Amino acid sequence: MAGMHTSSAPRGPMGHGPVGHGARGAAGQRIDRGTWGRLFNYCRRFLPAVAVALICAMVGTVLTLLGPNMLSDITDAVQDGIAPNSDKLEQVVEAVTRNIEANAAAMAQQQAAAMAAAGAPVGVGDVDAMSAAGMGAAATGSDTAEGATSAAPSLDDLASMPAETRDALLTDVEVDGVIITGADQQKLLDIFSNLDMSDTEAAMAALDELPASVKSLVEPRIDMDLIARIALTLVAFYVASYVLSVVQGWIMTTVTQRIGRSMRADISAKINRLPMSYFNTVPTGDILSRITNDVDTLGQSLSQSVGTLLSAVVLFFGSLFMMITTNGWMTLAAVGASLLGFVLMMGIMGHSQKYFVRQQSALGALSGHIEESYTGHSVIAAYNAEDRVRAEFDRMNGELVNAGFRAQCLSGLMMPIMMFIGNFGYVAVCVVGGALALDGQIGFGVIVAFMLYVRYFTQPLSQIAQGVQALQSAGAAGTRVFEFLEAREMADESAKPARRAQGVRGEVEFDHVRFTYAGSDKPVIKDFSAHALPGQKVAIVGPTGAGKTTMVNLLMRFFEIDGGQIRIDGVPTSEMRREDVHALFCMVLQDTWLFEGTVRENLVYCDEGVTDEEVQRACRAVGLDHFIRSLPHGYDTVLNDQVNLSQGQKQQMTIARAMIADKPMLILDEATSNVDTRTELKIQQAMDELMRGRTSFVIAHRLSTIKNADLILVMKEGDIIESGTHDELLAAGGFYADLYNSQFAE
Amino acid sequence: MLKLFRNLTKQERGLAVLALAFIVTQVWLDLKSPEYMAEITRLVQVEGSTMPQILTAGGKMLSCSLGSLLASVATAVCASRIATGFGGTMRAKLFGKVQSFSMEEIGRFSTPSLITRSTNDVMQIQMLIVMGLQMLIKAPITAVWAITKIAGKRWEWTAATAVSIVALLAVVAVCLAVATPRFRRMQRLTDDLNRVSRENLSGLSVVRAYNAEGYQQHRFDTVNDTLTNNQLVGNRTMVFLMPTIQATMSGLSLAIYWIGAVLINSSAMANKISLFSDMMVFSQYAIQVVMAFMMLVMIFMILPRAQVAADRINEVLETETTIKDGTREEGEPGRVGEIEFRDVTFRYPDAEGSMLRHVSFTAHRGETVAFIGSTGSGKSTVINLIPRFYDATWGKVLVDGVDVRDYSVRALRNKIGYVSQKATLFGGTVSTNVAYGDNGRGPVGEEDVADAIETAQASEFVEKMEGAYHAQVAQGGANLSGGQRQRLSIARAVARKPEILIFDDSFSALDYKTDRVLRDALEREFANTTRIIVAQRIGTIRDADRIVVLDEGRVVGQGTHEELMHDCETYRQIALSQLSEEELM
Repeated sequence: MAGMHTSSAPRGPMGHGPVGHGARGAAGQRIDRGTWGRLFNYCRRFLPAVAVALICAMVGTVLTLLGPNMLSDITDAVQDGIAPNSDKLEQVVEAVTRNIEANAAAMAQQQAAAMAAAGAPVGVGDVDAMSAAGMGAAATGSDTAEGATSAAPSLDDLASMPAETRDALLTDVEVDGVIITGADQQKLLDIFSNLDMSDTEAAMAALDELPASVKSLVEPRIDMDLIARIALTLVAFYVASYVLSVVQGWIMTTVTQRIGRSMRADISAKINRLPMSYFNTVPTGDILSRITNDVDTLGQSLSQSVGTLLSAVVLFFGSLFMMITTNGWMTLAAVGASLLGFVLMMGIMGHSQKYFVRQQSALGALSGHIEESYTGHSVIAAYNAEDRVRAEFDRMNGELVNAGFRAQCLSGLMMPIMMFIGNFGYVAVCVVGGALALDGQIGFGVIVAFMLYVRYFTQPLSQIAQGVQALQSAGAAGTRVFEFLEAREMADESAKPARRAQGVRGEVEFDHVRFTYAGSDKPVIKDFSAHALPGQKVAIVGPTGAGKTTMVNLLMRFFEIDGGQIRIDGVPTSEMRREDVHALFCMVLQDTWLFEGTVRENLVYCDEGVTDEEVQRACRAVGLDHFIRSLPHGYDTVLNDQVNLSQGQKQQMTIARAMIADKPMLILDEATSNVDTRTELKIQQAMDELMRGRTSFVIAHRLSTIKNADLILVMKEGDIIESGTHDELLAAGGFYADLYNSQFAE
Repeated sequence: MLKLFRNLTKQERGLAVLALAFIVTQVWLDLKSPEYMAEITRLVQVEGSTMPQILTAGGKMLSCSLGSLLASVATAVCASRIATGFGGTMRAKLFGKVQSFSMEEIGRFSTPSLITRSTNDVMQIQMLIVMGLQMLIKAPITAVWAITKIAGKRWEWTAATAVSIVALLAVVAVCLAVATPRFRRMQRLTDDLNRVSRENLSGLSVVRAYNAEGYQQHRFDTVNDTLTNNQLVGNRTMVFLMPTIQATMSGLSLAIYWIGAVLINSSAMANKISLFSDMMVFSQYAIQVVMAFMMLVMIFMILPRAQVAADRINEVLETETTIKDGTREEGEPGRVGEIEFRDVTFRYPDAEGSMLRHVSFTAHRGETVAFIGSTGSGKSTVINLIPRFYDATWGKVLVDGVDVRDYSVRALRNKIGYVSQKATLFGGTVSTNVAYGDNGRGPVGEEDVADAIETAQASEFVEKMEGAYHAQVAQGGANLSGGQRQRLSIARAVARKPEILIFDDSFSALDYKTDRVLRDALEREFANTTRIIVAQRIGTIRDADRIVVLDEGRVVGQGTHEELMHDCETYRQIALSQLSEEELM
């Protein structure tokens, strides 16, 4: 029923998460050696709960081991109560016979006395016949059938006797306190005389005809008290194991969910503690997949495997122990047969892993191709490349069908093979047991017990195999999670003195700044020196790759410089806390970053104590107020897929956000390059408003926007090659003039 | 769902019948083997059995389970073959269908949704077939067969079985009623979690610049808690399921024995033995019946999900593309590279307003016609009508004097070299990307590729790449910068040597200098090719033969730069926003 869960909550490669990111099978995944230790440490606070769950699982398993044994006790008890009580029947017949003999002897004496009186030698033969019949019945009484048959002729004699003789012979007898009347005896004798004992059914039916007194003695009785006792114990067992498994499941679910939650929160918090450079090497999709897929896989596999594995191991060793203590040879037979099957299954499983990996990679490749083809649909159509794309698709699809077929087939074999192994072990135990029993080495009870043990022995094998597999994927997922959680964080800065943003004048000095991206040996910024006075507008221009954005990132301390210094009001930024540096700058970037939330939330963002008045003032300043009021819920409209904001409007939002944040300095990094020029004109006013009185750093490739800058720094390949005002630079006729004029060269 | 299964091939249908036969065999053998099992048990327990007797019974049981094994292997092979084959067919059908779609249909479904439908949804169906063949069919057969085996025995046992099935189903129903809506909600909550994390990652610099780490974490914690609580309730409910099934089965066995004991005890001698064997048989088969019902429940759990997937697939397959193929292969004789819009109005399906209104213009061979206007003015829409990504709602678009709707799509597109706004590259090499597609005149040679790359001003960086023209290009061109991608996609259009080149804002990622040089090269090499250019920069288009100014879907000005500067207010505004007045004159 593990599948029941998964079928409701899809997961695995094709579940949620980025499409095509699922080329990870259970096999071939990397598991770090330290993962288990880390996981153990991580889950430490849940260990008591897990221990309780494991005890529950263990006790539950022991109950399972005992339960069916008791069920077979019930069967035995019932079986014992089916066969008619032949001993009693024998007793009855014996008693009757003895009674007849005694009566006959008494009669003979009477007759002898009477003969002596009357001189008639009649009846002696009769008495002899009677005693012969009685003796016969008694001698063969151990087997009612034979006894009845052999007694029949003599009973015929009895029947032919005159009624009063019979009455005299068949007087009441008492067996075990039950009085069997003469009439009853008569009936008993009648039944036996008419019985064909070769027909068991008829014999049984005949037993039902027995006179009540005899029947009450002979009729089989099931020991209902015993059965009730066992049954009630079993009910108690069942209730106990129900409670135990529910408790165990409940604990494990709760624990794994809580671990999942705290892991997700830790990963999310970690994102904000890692240096920016980390994200250049790890794609977004990868981190997202750790938060969702890997944490889910980890939780799911753990909750599935830990309890099951434990019960399986207990069951396995429990049954092995009970087998060994019962009989060595039989154990050998049972274990041998099961292991034979198990080896077969492991072989198939190992084989199928290969195909599963192939299926996953074929699926990944095909998903990638589908994604590429669908997103590039218009290009494919425009270039008549459908045939080519189609051929590629068909090849990949064929591959997936092929690999999928093999993987599916092999995984479909698991259950039937397990069933077969179970049956095979069963038969092996019966045959070997039968042989031993015929030799007289063991009793039947041993065989019956082994029939159950062998079931318990084979059953956990597949569970252990699956559990180990689940642990493997948990390990691989855990490795990825911990790898991320243990990545190197930014240096701790709590020792540095905190600085307030208030009263900052905004003088920024770059002093021989040098910077190289980690993992590269080519410096991006070679030797950058510049001086911005409070309130100045500084523009940075230059071709792509010149290092403009890098400079801004260094100023914000998103990256740490390798050499030189950046000073704000004379204080090196390296001696400030990162958050204090951040607190000095408003930043508007080319990527207009908005999140799903209301307009107001997006504008206020993380600021506290911002009044509606301030929000509206900022929006009026950027020319957005009117538009926002026209939205269905005004400032409370939730921005999501349904609300269509133009690039320009998004940009206006981010500018308004920067205004509300109201920090002493400003950075605009290509803030208008996604906006068409007419919209830009409108935004420009808002930006000018924002720049007033603030030291501003502006990166733009539309040179028209920065013509009025106080200082233009022209960068090329990591260096400032020219600097000055627009007019100075044009007059110099250098790179800037070139760049500027190329816009309208004929 | 059934509609979908009509797509099964004859071979797959045959296999399905075969699988059915195997399943029936398997059920028969599975129900047979308890009889032999009971016989072995009896033989072993009864004194006086001989070794050959045990061996015979054991052999029979082994053959039964071996047969059952073989039958299930055969079923698994059939089911896998059908499922994977059918999955492949469905994917191929979907892929073909999506390829035939125009932008309109793609826009209606959205690309991510189409991707999910072609992959995940098909997988769902594939899973259903495998599970379905092995359970949906097996369960009722087993149930019915097992019921016939125990039918007509004592009603007390039947009643016990019925009660336990009803009780079990009730518990399952309650569990599912509680858990299913939560599992259904889970996808959305996971999406939320993903979204918040994605937002944090994509806005990393904003988050840090605003010192908003705490705020961000708070947002994450909110969705994280919602997700966890939802999962907790759902999973905790499901915790009851397995033990309940277990308890029901054990309870039922016990009940059958207990009831049996009472029945036997009170029955006549003649019936005791047969009652006992009935009891043994009943306990075996009653479990089978319960199991069969459980299998059915599981089917009913995956069925709705598969149904949704099937509906989503059908929705795509049943959508007819709005672009109907024409028959003409050639334009009017003697007319080459001509484009004419005759009073074209275009409205997106279901939209209220028109995107383009009464647009008319003509481009002759070798001319450069440029479109300018603010975002949303309809520039790209005009361009999309030429290669028939969309069809005009009213009016006519003519290429070489023939309505584009009369051409075969292939012939029409062979006349055109189109460069999209977003530079789309494909996994492969530089060379395969430039020589992409089919221009109806055979493959593009190495030399043409090199020429095109030269024209597109891409030689410099291409030659620096490892392997130069055969350098690897990652899927989507992820290993190239925006400007590099754009230049390669221009090279791709140029390599086709088309009659008409269309540039949809394709120069925006280039710096002014490269932009300039590239346009000069095009002017030189493609003097006879009609060029349609959409641009934002005045500099890019100011020397075009004709500039069409669009505003809210209307043509508000048409002419050369000088003419427009003189008499088109919108154009002047755009121009002035970019360059100062004296520079423009």
